[in-house]
Amino acid sequence: MNLEDIIKETKTYYCLECGKCTSLCPVSRHNSNFSPRLMLERALMDFEGELIHDRELFSCLTCYACSNLCPSDVDYPVFTQKVRNLAFGQGEHGDCAHSGTLLSLMRLMSRPCIKQRRLEWLDGCRTSEKSEVLYFVGCAPYFQPVFEDIEVSPVNIARNSIKILNALGIEPMVLPNERCCGHDLLWTGDVETFKKLAQFNAQMIKESGAKKIVFSCPEGYRTFKLDYPNYVDLGCEVLHISELLVEKIGQNGVKFKEIKKNVTYQDPCRLGRHLGIYESPREIIKAIPGIKLTEMEHSGDESICCGTSAWTNCGSYSKKIREERLFEAKATGAEVLVTACPKCQIHFKCAMVDKGAEKGPDIKMEVMDLVNLVADAMET
Amino acid sequence: MAEFEPKIIALCCNWCTYAAADIAGTSRIHYPSNVRIVRVMCSGMVDPIYILKAFEMGADGVLIAGCHEADCHYLNGPPKCDAMFEKMKRVVNMLGLEDGRLRREMISTSEAPIFAQVIEGMVKQIKKLGHSPLQERVKV
Repeated sequence: MNLEDIIKETKTYYCLECGKCTSLCPVSRHNSNFSPRLMLERALMDFEGELIHDRELFSCLTCYACSNLCPSDVDYPVFTQKVRNLAFGQGEHGDCAHSGTLLSLMRLMSRPCIKQRRLEWLDGCRTSEKSEVLYFVGCAPYFQPVFEDIEVSPVNIARNSIKILNALGIEPMVLPNERCCGHDLLWTGDVETFKKLAQFNAQMIKESGAKKIVFSCPEGYRTFKLDYPNYVDLGCEVLHISELLVEKIGQNGVKFKEIKKNVTYQDPCRLGRHLGIYESPREIIKAIPGIKLTEMEHSGDESICCGTSAWTNCGSYSKKIREERLFEAKATGAEVLVTACPKCQIHFKCAMVDKGAEKGPDIKMEVMDLVNLVADAMET
Repeated sequence: MAEFEPKIIALCCNWCTYAAADIAGTSRIHYPSNVRIVRVMCSGMVDPIYILKAFEMGADGVLIAGCHEADCHYLNGPPKCDAMFEKMKRVVNMLGLEDGRLRREMISTSEAPIFAQVIEGMVKQIKKLGHSPLQERVKV
């Protein structure tokens, strides 16, 4: 795909240069070198080389805050994704967080001969060999050793998700050799490897005979729902665990015990603006007796991203976005910040344990995944 | 068919293991030529990406070797390396890599024969294991 096709596909030529995108962008607020409007203008003026080799190309969080309010409906995140693919072909990678370890890990998962040993955390969960429902674990087992020292347990989220499914009377399958969904590679421009991963996953899912795939990770969910259909044929329904829970709560199929806590909810950008799921996580939180949910200043489709996506460009600007978001969360008077994305949790926790943050105002608070909160409330 | 010759990347600390490898050479101690030595300033500076990138680019084994804990030129390199190594060991195990492909050793300057032994042992073990499953090759 060349730049002209990208402009056509994302309707960039409709841009009015009103600058709403730049004024809304959480990155532009702190980093004056980055402006979505200027990026689009460069594309329209045909400064392709300048656009591709611009450092700021990898600054975008692809959080959809800009396109959400764009009067011309320009799809800036997809524009970024496709231009990054062009840039990737010319050897541009952006500044990868963790020196690119996590992206390298995802590329290694696309190798044909691997036989993973990724399901050692399954104790206490009931899974079955053959079932209509498949639980897609995602990268949680790999994030566990990497992020343990900032007190995040992604595996715990996966374990609790299966326990919740068990409580709803579902014994899901889990794939022993499941590959990464490829989300981060797609959004950093490595479409070739993404395609390989998609093909492996689609084939495994077809062989398993699953009819429904349940996700607890919004990124995997977005990728399967919106990106996979462009490359592979899955032939089954995909669902976020919150959608499933809301359905069951509506049918009075779930009993929660009381939890006395003040909480606030962070909309992950993939679940919120990418897929439009704002209400079901809130309904679940409200269904737990004793919980008081207070919204932050920016919530729903105005909510602010956690500051990094796809493991690129995590720097001082990301830290500032995170700090501001945590201020907002603290200002609600809540004790717990509930989120539905393991990566939001990782990023917020990281901001809290950062040594530089100790000097600044207090941003420490409990961050909890929605799934863990529900699992706590379900325990009898 | 020619015998399988594994490719091993050895990340060696400048002050101890790299010097040991040098002494092994000057004292004409024989060891297999499967190893490609990369000099790093300290075992503590070895980033997880060095390990994964080596496997991504087709290495069959990776060795991280540096000073003994008390000898570190930068005071606290080895414990840092150990912590990183334990993490990465869990990660590559999950990816299905066999034991012995990722190895951590402490070899000081005077231990040139030990360096040769370690390389010999590692090559022997990996020859038995065959190609790394993380390589971009399709099973025949």
